[in-house]
Amino acid sequence: MVDPLLRVENLVRRFGGIVATDNLSLDVARGELHAIIGPNGAGKTTLISQLTGQLLPNSGSIRFCDQDITSLPAHRRSALGLARSFQITSLLPDFTAIDNVALAAQAHDGHSFRFWGNARKEGHLREAARAALDRVGLAHRAEIVVSKLSHGEQRELELAVALATKPQLLLLDEPMAGLGITESARMVKLLQELRREVTIVLVEHDMDAVFALADRITVLVYGRVIASDVPSAIRSNEEVKRAYLGDQHAVTRHG
Amino acid sequence: MKPTDPRTILIALLCAALILLPLYTGFTGNVFMLTLFTRIIIFALAATSLNLILGYGGMMSFGHAAYLGIGGYAVGILAHEGITSGLVQFPVAVLASALFALVVGSLSLRTRGVYFIMITLAFGQMIYYVAAGLDRYGSDDGLTIYRRSQFGGLIDLSNRTQFYYVCLAVLFACLYLVWRIVNSRFGLVIQGIRSNERRMQAIGFPVYRYRLACFVIAGAMCGLAGALLANHTEFISPSIMYWTRSGDLMVMVILGGIGSLFGPLIGTIAFLALEEVLSGITEYWQIIIGPLLLLVVLFGRGGIDGWLGRLRRG
Repeated sequence: MVDPLLRVENLVRRFGGIVATDNLSLDVARGELHAIIGPNGAGKTTLISQLTGQLLPNSGSIRFCDQDITSLPAHRRSALGLARSFQITSLLPDFTAIDNVALAAQAHDGHSFRFWGNARKEGHLREAARAALDRVGLAHRAEIVVSKLSHGEQRELELAVALATKPQLLLLDEPMAGLGITESARMVKLLQELRREVTIVLVEHDMDAVFALADRITVLVYGRVIASDVPSAIRSNEEVKRAYLGDQHAVTRHG
Repeated sequence: MKPTDPRTILIALLCAALILLPLYTGFTGNVFMLTLFTRIIIFALAATSLNLILGYGGMMSFGHAAYLGIGGYAVGILAHEGITSGLVQFPVAVLASALFALVVGSLSLRTRGVYFIMITLAFGQMIYYVAAGLDRYGSDDGLTIYRRSQFGGLIDLSNRTQFYYVCLAVLFACLYLVWRIVNSRFGLVIQGIRSNERRMQAIGFPVYRYRLACFVIAGAMCGLAGALLANHTEFISPSIMYWTRSGDLMVMVILGGIGSLFGPLIGTIAFLALEEVLSGITEYWQIIIGPLLLLVVLFGRGGIDGWLGRLRRG
């Protein structure tokens, strides 16, 4: 088998007495859309934060593109091609949409110790930003300040920002959070297109979306992996049903 | 910014007035006015440098007067030791300030919020007490500078008008520099970090390096203001870097308009002119300026410059 794009081995992260990530191992193959599900408090966001470097694990290792990135700072991981979107929208609220995306492109276009030239007039950065905005259907909102965009548009902008860093692996932390039915449907459609271009790890509560999109699903409960398989196998897995789908399915559905 | 909106017109008028001021004072012989505005321009330069980190970078430095002092002492100490060439004094003032900013920044920028304020304040006070302990250079009483910086007959800083124009040229040059920086790649990164640091890390920026560079640039620029101030007062003492002076600089920036290019200049004029007028009325002039600042912070978001910007719509 080919080496996976991302390999997590025996990852442990404690917060005081709570073990948020409990000896977790996980492989993400190149080109797949790998969903991570689990009830609230299962440690999904904690895991994502460790993958992106916002949080360091107590033990265990993370390999990405055949390189040990366990203790690499967030910006170095981004340079390697790891991008994330945030569960709670995290953009530059007082910048325009296009500035948000252009900065992401700028971050991957050499250093930014350039003090003189007008960055907003650098053609290739603007073009890259425009392309990414176009990709998520926001081209017509490019000059709008982020705080004036709707929640759905901000979620899409999050994706555009991540895409502008030309990632190899996209970590999406609940991209549908807070979206209405039509907005969710648009997001699913968008992710269906993106998955052809980039490997995606998707953390999501919306089960319809997860089962529609995922190649593989990993189920987390109390920081541990209780199952990792193709969607049909997850659907019929007894332990998963007991721990998660059975009680919560109805609650977490949209509608 | 359209050329016809009242804010642009007022700022253009202000700049023109500053350029023409020596004509007026020369005509009327009002030396006091020229001296006051020389002082205002020098402090506006210091406030502009603070605005770069405070307004654009979101770094709440509470020790900015330290650079004013270091720049001033560089001129004072070198003059005391017989080195009066401005071509030596000014670069030393700027470099020493930059170096100090590098030390303060590399430690303080690892922290955030109140801790950052406290560390910058502590460093400011530390350098204050160091200066107060310099027995050779007047310690508490300060140091008189008998000769202003020499520029080989090219410019004569002892000439009030020439000195005024030197200060004004330096201010305009630095405002232009800040304007370029703010719109450059570097400037966007700095403002992005102010807006959302975590996001900037996630898209791949090593934020610490960029903030540190910004901190050093601001320190160097304020050191330049300090060198000019020492020439202006022909005297330097530790009181120039007492922590209340850092507070004054902050007030100037906030009063004029935080994160606006001309805000610090407008704020400095307002602050020092008020100080001049009010201190003639009562020695407790701060009792009046305090509530005034409160009103600006509460109701006039963006300071005087922000208020000017809203005129057009109002």
